[in-house]
Amino acid sequence: MSDYALPAVIAVTLVTVAIGIYGLRFARTTSDFLVASRMVSPTWNAAAISGEYLSAASFLGVAGLVLKHGVDVLWYPVGFAAGYLALLLFVAAPLRRSGAFTLPDFCEVRLRSKRLRKLATAFVMFIGWLYLVPQLQGAGLTLQTVTGAPYALGALLVGVVVTLNVALGGMRSITFVQAFQYWLKLTALAVPVIFLLMQWQSAGRPALTAPEGPTFPVATTVTVDHATRLTVTTQTLVIAHGRLDGSTVDGAVLLTVGEHVADAGTALEFQAAAVVPKVAAVSDESPTDWLLPGDHSQGLFATYSLILATFLGTMGLPHVLVRFYTNADGAAARRTTLVVLGLVGVFYLTPTLYGVLGRVYTPQLLMTGNTDAVVLLLPSAALGGGLTGQLLSALVAAGAFAAFLSASSGLLTSVAGVLSTDVLGHGSVRDFRRSALVAGIVPLLLALFVASLDVSQVVGLAFAVAASSFCPLLVLGIWWRGLTAVGAAAGIVAGGGAAASAVLLTVLGGPLPGWAGVLTTQPAAWSVPLAFLVMISVSLLTRHRLPKNLGAIMLRLHAPDALRM
Amino acid sequence: MEPPAPRVRVVLGDVARGRIDPARTRAELEEQSPVGEALARGLVRAQLAVAIRLAAVVAVALGGLPLLFAAAPAVGRAQLFGVSVPWLLLGVAAYPFLFVVGYGYVRLAERNEQEFVALVEDRSHQQS
Repeated sequence: MSDYALPAVIAVTLVTVAIGIYGLRFARTTSDFLVASRMVSPTWNAAAISGEYLSAASFLGVAGLVLKHGVDVLWYPVGFAAGYLALLLFVAAPLRRSGAFTLPDFCEVRLRSKRLRKLATAFVMFIGWLYLVPQLQGAGLTLQTVTGAPYALGALLVGVVVTLNVALGGMRSITFVQAFQYWLKLTALAVPVIFLLMQWQSAGRPALTAPEGPTFPVATTVTVDHATRLTVTTQTLVIAHGRLDGSTVDGAVLLTVGEHVADAGTALEFQAAAVVPKVAAVSDESPTDWLLPGDHSQGLFATYSLILATFLGTMGLPHVLVRFYTNADGAAARRTTLVVLGLVGVFYLTPTLYGVLGRVYTPQLLMTGNTDAVVLLLPSAALGGGLTGQLLSALVAAGAFAAFLSASSGLLTSVAGVLSTDVLGHGSVRDFRRSALVAGIVPLLLALFVASLDVSQVVGLAFAVAASSFCPLLVLGIWWRGLTAVGAAAGIVAGGGAAASAVLLTVLGGPLPGWAGVLTTQPAAWSVPLAFLVMISVSLLTRHRLPKNLGAIMLRLHAPDALRM
Repeated sequence: MEPPAPRVRVVLGDVARGRIDPARTRAELEEQSPVGEALARGLVRAQLAVAIRLAAVVAVALGGLPLLFAAAPAVGRAQLFGVSVPWLLLGVAAYPFLFVVGYGYVRLAERNEQEFVALVEDRSHQQS
């Protein structure tokens, strides 16, 4: 790995902490946030929102999934971007006009129910924590890849840094920092990818999908972390150290066509141009499956579930919503969202290329399953250990850390915010600090247990819960007069509760086999309609409990800003 | 900071009939008089219609792709400039498409609002 990577990561972290300490001096209350908003143009605000939004899942996870699964997982980045279109169409302007700062606030403004507020608080915490876990995973992975430190140490170290930073008041409302993070992340992916493409071009465009599967570009030693079942399709000569097929090996071995089991810690040295053995536990897609659409393992249901979760989940993410408050008015909120849509769209052009080029230059990840590391490893693998390769590796590592730090700081701030106002206290600065500690410890513990799941998959689950709870609440709350507090609560409990249970089952117990597995790993296709259905029908049944002043509330949400209602 | 007063078009005829009072229409809207209520409902309905129409465009154009690939595998295998069409559609074309739809929405939604404001001001004129 690059000599410059660790200094780059440390520099990004130190700068973030330093800004956090500097931020202590100002911007501590929501009203400061408001004051700041007067000076923030939609363009700056949009860059800040994008900076906070593009997390480890976007920076590392998307490329890793593309490397493994090919074209079908492109729905992840498309959905992550399209979520902002749904937000723009149905939520942005009215939400800003409502004056709600958080989702629980919106419940109180629109439905005047304290109980619903508490329920929303619980879901904000659940979604926030679920989304924080993959950020910590990404941090652990990055440090592991850069320094070789154990995964747990990286997650722990960085989780503590962010928690303390947020507890001390850092990263709050400092729009230009978040905006800078966006440009840093974009640069950190876009600049190396130009070099990578030039390298690929000058190497005579090595095939992305050879019929026999990926091959090692150079002699490569692969060390498997845990017992791995390999499927060898072409007879391959390797130099092996460790245990292979139940017997100790130390030297040249001819891997015959068929299945072989390598025990944990076994090192296999492949020659250049050797075909990469398939590991079913990582990806069982053939080269054509990878290239062509159609998810052969889970089918259309899973694809549509993913589309629903990501398209509708963005609007329910706690850290996204808070930033809308910094818009001057409803029209500015709309323009900001449009610019965000453009900025994240530009960003998502690059991770795909990393995943694709990873097939050529880092195919060993398909054996170890450590595909989330493809973005970090690709520059040095493709460009070699020269200065260019080293500097670009360092740039990518720094970008990954920026992604992780900005997203988790934003999330932790939102979770700690609702925790301090609605659960642990009354929103004083001391309450906030206490809450930040609590809010930081929970995902840290989770991150240490669910290391085996892909970064993007866990994030996908967070989107599914948001889409099944807050999406119906926001959409119906903004557009339908008939929504009652009881109906909203019932819908959130039914849809969000179902999605959350499915998530817990998947995260804690591992994916279930067969159809039950598809229904629980991608719950949105059934939990989102369920939430809408329950919310509407229970509201109709409790029609007599419509909030008072409904007309005035609706007018406040929808009246053009020019009328100053 | 005082909010700036809403823009009011002043025509000589209006001046002759007396000053326009936009606050009055606003009050009518706020008090939920039947007329104000109808106006507000009309605006919400118009905005929702725009949002649903554009969401339908995306649902068909993007949401139809998995079905299309499943129903017509030939599309999935097609190539353009040497790149597989599904990769081009999902990896590149989807983003400008989403942005264009978003841009169209902002234009339409703002037009609805302008029409609403014009309507409210018109009513002010008539009542004054």
